[in-house]
Amino acid sequence: MQVYLPIAEMSVNALLVLGMGWLVGFLSGMFGVGGGFLMTPLLIFIGVPPAVAVGTQANQLVAASVSGVLAHWRRGNVDVKLGVVMLAGGVVGTALGVWIFAILQRLGQIDIAITLSYVFFLGTIGGMMLVESSRALIRRRAPTARRGKLHRHIWLHGLPFKMRFQRSKLYISALLPAGIGLVGGMLVAIMGIGGGFLLVPAMIYLLNMPAGLVAGTSLFQIIFTTAAATLLQAATNQTVDAMLALLLLIGGVTGAQSGTKMGSRLRGEQARLLLSCIVVAVALKLAWDLFARPEDLFTLTSGMT
Amino acid sequence: MVSLSKRRLVQGAAALGGLLLGGTLAATVWAQQLVADLSSHLIAITTGFTGTEVVLFGTTDGAGDVAIVVTGPRVPATVRRKERIAGMWINTDSVRFEQVPSFYTVATSRPLDQIVGRPVLERHQIGLPQLQLGPRETLEPDELAAFRAALIRNKQRAGLYALTFGQVAFLGDRLFRTNIYFPANVPTGLYNVEALLIRNGEVVSAQTTPLVVSKIGFSAELYDIARHRPVVYGVAAVVGAVAAGWAAGAAFRRV
Repeated sequence: MQVYLPIAEMSVNALLVLGMGWLVGFLSGMFGVGGGFLMTPLLIFIGVPPAVAVGTQANQLVAASVSGVLAHWRRGNVDVKLGVVMLAGGVVGTALGVWIFAILQRLGQIDIAITLSYVFFLGTIGGMMLVESSRALIRRRAPTARRGKLHRHIWLHGLPFKMRFQRSKLYISALLPAGIGLVGGMLVAIMGIGGGFLLVPAMIYLLNMPAGLVAGTSLFQIIFTTAAATLLQAATNQTVDAMLALLLLIGGVTGAQSGTKMGSRLRGEQARLLLSCIVVAVALKLAWDLFARPEDLFTLTSGMT
Repeated sequence: MVSLSKRRLVQGAAALGGLLLGGTLAATVWAQQLVADLSSHLIAITTGFTGTEVVLFGTTDGAGDVAIVVTGPRVPATVRRKERIAGMWINTDSVRFEQVPSFYTVATSRPLDQIVGRPVLERHQIGLPQLQLGPRETLEPDELAAFRAALIRNKQRAGLYALTFGQVAFLGDRLFRTNIYFPANVPTGLYNVEALLIRNGEVVSAQTTPLVVSKIGFSAELYDIARHRPVVYGVAAVVGAVAAGWAAGAAFRRV
C-alpha cells in the first residue's frame, strides 16, 4: 500500500514505514530509550530527505515521550523542578540548533553535519556503554566489587547559582542541568533525536541524580524540547511531515508495547550490552558512508536553497 | 463606434506585426496541420498516488514525423560536488542553474537524428543535450559540462528526466498517439506539452497543450498549510502529537 507524503514529496510503502516504526518502538520499549537515533538513519535510508527525517522525527518523539512520561508520572518518578530548569536550557539549545540547521542547509553541509554528529555521539556513547556493560557482565561472574566513593566532587559542582531540588535530594548549581538541557535541545534540532541516550548518563554521572527519577525527568524535558523543535522546524525550515509522523507513531506505539514485555525478561547488563551493540553498529555504518567513495560525487538540490 | 473599430484595427495590426516578428505566423496558418490533445489535463496527486500515465493523441494532415516534448515548471537548482577532505567526502564546489525543468521527457516517431538537424533541435530544446538550464556561474566549459551532466544524471536517477526517447506510434498515416508516464515523485506545477510536426528536417507545425500537476485532497491541504501558515501547522503538529501520545499512554495502562 503506497502513501504519498506531502512534505517529503514522495510516495512510500505504508507497511514498510509502519514496520520500521514498530521495530524502533519495540527496541525503545525494550531498552527504555527513545529510538530516534535509529529512526532518523532508517528514514534517510529509504529516501526521505535528511531534513524532513529530522523534523518529522521531532514531531513523532513528542507523542512517544508524552505516552512514556505518563507511566513515570503515575509512579511519581518525575522531578518537575529539575525538569523545568533543564528545559530552560533545552529551549535555548533547540532554538540554537534550528538556527544552525538552517545555516548548514543553506551551505549544503546539513547532510554531513547530521552524519558526523551521529558518528560522534553514537560512537562515543555506544562505545562507553559497550565497555561498561561487558565489564558489568564479567564482574557478575567474578564478584570482587569495590565500592567507589558515593559522591565525587569535581569542578562542575562548584559553579554558582546553587539551587535545591528536594525531589532528587540535590543541592547543585542550576547551570548544570540547564547546560545538559542545552546540549539535549541542540541534539533534538540537528539530529532529530530526543537525546535520552545522552541525557540519562549525564544526569546520572554529572548530577548524581537518583536513578529512579532519571528516565521520567529526562522524558518530561524531552516532551518540551521536541515540541519546540517541531514548532521551529515547521516554521523556519518547513520540514515536518505530519503524514509520516502519524505512520511512525502508529507503528511505534504498538511496537513499544511488545518491547516493554520483552524488556522485562532481560537483565539490565544484558539489555545494555545488546543496545550498545546496536548503537555501535549504527555508528560504524554511518562512518563507513562518510569515508567510502560515493557512487555519484555530485548531488542535486532543487529549490531556492 | 468609429473610435472602437479604429482601436480594434490598431490592435489587430499590432498583433499581426508581433506574429510576423516572432515568426509564429506559420504556426497559426498551419495550425490544422497538427492537432493534438491529452487524455487528461490534470494529474491529481492524492494520498494514494503512485504515478500515472497520460495519453497524448493527435492527427496530422499527411505523412511526417512527430516529436512530443514534455517540460515541467522551470525552477532553480544547485549541483554540489563532493571532494575528499580529511578522508571524508564533503560537498565543496557548487553551481546553481536558474532554469532547470523539474521534469523533462521526449517522445518521437523515429530516432531524432534521422528526422531533423541539430540547429532545429537546439531551437526547440528537443533532447537532453539541447536543454537550456541557465547556469548562473561562469565556469570553464569542462567544469560546467561536468556539473551539467551531473544534474541530468541525478534527474534521471530520480526518474524525472527520460533515459531514452519514448515512442510516438502512428496508426496509418495521420493518427498518432503516445503514452507519457509520470512517476510518483512528479513535481507539481504547470507543465508544457509540445507537439511538433517535422517534414524535410524542418518543424512545420507546433501545438502546445498545458498540463497541470497538482496535489489534491488531504495531502494538498497539509502541504498548503505547511507552506503558507507554517506556525499554525507546527502548533497543530505538536497538539496532535500530544493528543496521540496521551491516547497511547491511556491505552497502555489498560493493557
